[in-house]
Amino acid sequence: MNFSFSDEEKAFREEVREFLASALTPDMKRAQGLTPSVFSDKEISDPWHRALASKGWAAPGWPPEAGGPTWTPAQRWIFATECAKAGAPSVSPMGVAMVGPVIIRFGTPEQKAKYLPRILNCEDYWCQGYSEPGSGSDLASLKTRAVRDGDHYVINGTKIWTTHAHHANMMFALVRTDDTGRKQEGISFILIDMTSPGITIRPILTIGGDHEVNQVFFDDVRVPVENRIGEEGLGWTYGKYLLEFERGGGIAAARLRRGLQHVIDMANGEAPGQPIDDPALALKISEIEIDIDALELTELRIMSALQTGQNPGAVSSLLKLRNSEIKQAITRLAVDVLGYDALVWEPTRPLYGLNRATLPEIELPVVPEYLNSRAFTIFGGSSEVQRDIIAKLMVGL
Amino acid sequence: MDLTPTEEQRLLRESAGRFVRAQYNADARRKRAEAGEGFSAATWREFADLGWLALPLPEAHGGLGGGAVEVGMLMEAFGEGLVDSPYVSTVILGAGAVAAAGSSAQQADLLPKVAEGALRIAFAHSERQARYNLADVATHAVKDADGWVLDGAKTAVLDADEADLLIVSARIHGNRADAKGIGLFIAPRDAEGLTLTTDLRLGGGKVAQVGLAGVRLGADALLGGLEDALPVIEAVTDHAAAALCGEAVGMMQTLVETTAAYIKTREQFGKPLSVNQALRHRMADMAVAVEEARSLALRAALFADAEPVDRARAVSGAKAKIGRGARFVAEQAVQLHGGMGVTEELEIGAFLKRVVFFDAMFGGVDHHLKRHAALSAAGRAA
Repeated sequence: MNFSFSDEEKAFREEVREFLASALTPDMKRAQGLTPSVFSDKEISDPWHRALASKGWAAPGWPPEAGGPTWTPAQRWIFATECAKAGAPSVSPMGVAMVGPVIIRFGTPEQKAKYLPRILNCEDYWCQGYSEPGSGSDLASLKTRAVRDGDHYVINGTKIWTTHAHHANMMFALVRTDDTGRKQEGISFILIDMTSPGITIRPILTIGGDHEVNQVFFDDVRVPVENRIGEEGLGWTYGKYLLEFERGGGIAAARLRRGLQHVIDMANGEAPGQPIDDPALALKISEIEIDIDALELTELRIMSALQTGQNPGAVSSLLKLRNSEIKQAITRLAVDVLGYDALVWEPTRPLYGLNRATLPEIELPVVPEYLNSRAFTIFGGSSEVQRDIIAKLMVGL
Repeated sequence: MDLTPTEEQRLLRESAGRFVRAQYNADARRKRAEAGEGFSAATWREFADLGWLALPLPEAHGGLGGGAVEVGMLMEAFGEGLVDSPYVSTVILGAGAVAAAGSSAQQADLLPKVAEGALRIAFAHSERQARYNLADVATHAVKDADGWVLDGAKTAVLDADEADLLIVSARIHGNRADAKGIGLFIAPRDAEGLTLTTDLRLGGGKVAQVGLAGVRLGADALLGGLEDALPVIEAVTDHAAAALCGEAVGMMQTLVETTAAYIKTREQFGKPLSVNQALRHRMADMAVAVEEARSLALRAALFADAEPVDRARAVSGAKAKIGRGARFVAEQAVQLHGGMGVTEELEIGAFLKRVVFFDAMFGGVDHHLKRHAALSAAGRAA
């Protein structure tokens, strides 16, 4: 057991820091700091994605033949941690972190050749068509139909909570191709061109005032059969594989720590009445910091297990559960720190487009971020679903 | 960076687990409790033979030079079987103080005997009025021509009745809660004027109040000749708290396993309790508490030899969160066992008692949160 990074790992950390110092511009950092939504806006994440791609660092989890950087788990941890510390935007995960691994694992050579370079180089922007109005936690009950018609599927139905559908030119979706067997069995995984005729997008504003998610309607949308991943009817298997990536990001502590530092900076600076001097606040800060310490060390234990070729076990649900709960605790505390400044509502988006506001800039995203962050314990499998999984897989019930 | 155990560490953990499963399973514990036996000298010799007493002691004095991580692994195994040994009192606190502050003559004299199992040392520091303030020492030591004379009283002294020596803290100069002026003295348990009032300790073992009335000690009794031993007291107390955190992880693990097995077999309303989502989610939260405790106990061990402020923050963070988590797990284990959980017929209560001991020893949740917050605030101001 060795708690310090090796010389090679330290050299890599230096390389990441040098890259961040030159590639991460003050404008990008400011825009990310003023982003109250769950995902970074496309106009922030795309330039950052391209900067990473030019360095060969856009897809840390991909194998080398697909254009990944062949990092060890420790290098991936260092990279994600340094990016979070520096306040870098997050790259849109729907391409690189979600559909990318599915195409790599289950796609045909043609699909790989067509889509992977376009994901890597930020030419396509993807969205995820999973949830439906009647299918939330019970995803397998989804009803959007894909009916075979010659070389095409004809799709009818609707998807909801589709993050950045209004930016995306591609969607990966779970659709029902058969409803005669178990509900998990008749599902297929297909790739849909968002410019196809018959697609309409309805924006949904979240309680923080942001347009991040949408409802997408399909009205006789024709999709070539060659856009199906793997076999017809096995979409649930591919979709579950993807969810493992969605939950098991596994490197969240550094971003949480930056969020807590933001609270401390406000309490120590511009928030009304110097709340940093309040001992009750100091205790709350410590409680959250200890929670982050626990999460970080859990991440490092998992990283170490992966590094030595061991299976870390059913921990992705635990990480997702705690990450989301700690995130919410931080945003709640941030609102407390604002005092009366929490009463001021700024409706303009993006916030980084504002030149003047009533509140100091450090306080501007706090209330909308608190509100939007309620979604953390709902998306990607709600906390209740995560507890079901933990009871089954970790406790053995 | 690699937090997987080394081969040696894995073997240590496995041998400790085997020992505990063989000698501290539920049947063995019940028989011991019925016989009213304390910790046996034979088992202590076995600890010595297995190398556990030598484990964290310096190699120059018969030790194995292990660290807090190895100690944590051993303690976790102890916790799984609710072992009630004087390990923390003798090896971590007593011998730990000697290793940290003793002169080379004192170390050479005492540490090999501890490693061999021939000497037990208790650590008499806490005083009633001090609560958890480690600097609050009213017991005083006066130097005269023949050596030292100690007067005062100590509380919460672990396993003193079977110790050969006590390390006693006493104020050499300054006021009651001053950081400076505290010494550590080596006192034979049978020294004249030293009285023990011994009770059973909640959760297993013994605890004593120590009276010191004109206890005469030689001039060489002052550990390392050190008149400012508070940093040493803080360090060994943090090491002991970290070790207890490891033990708590083992206890929490057993409680979750025992409770899961129970609710899978206990039937009510024609079905096992474990089909109820309210109970499944409770157990999920208990399992999360165990994993977080495991990470924080390891973290405290990894920081055991770091800069004092980093060590203290890591230990206080662990002690606070594991204190809360262990209490949650133990209380819910009782709850999910229903009426049987509050009887002596099951062992759940014995684990709950040890959890209460864990929380109270060296300061509870609130104390350690405040300490963490104070150290953090000082760090931000600096």
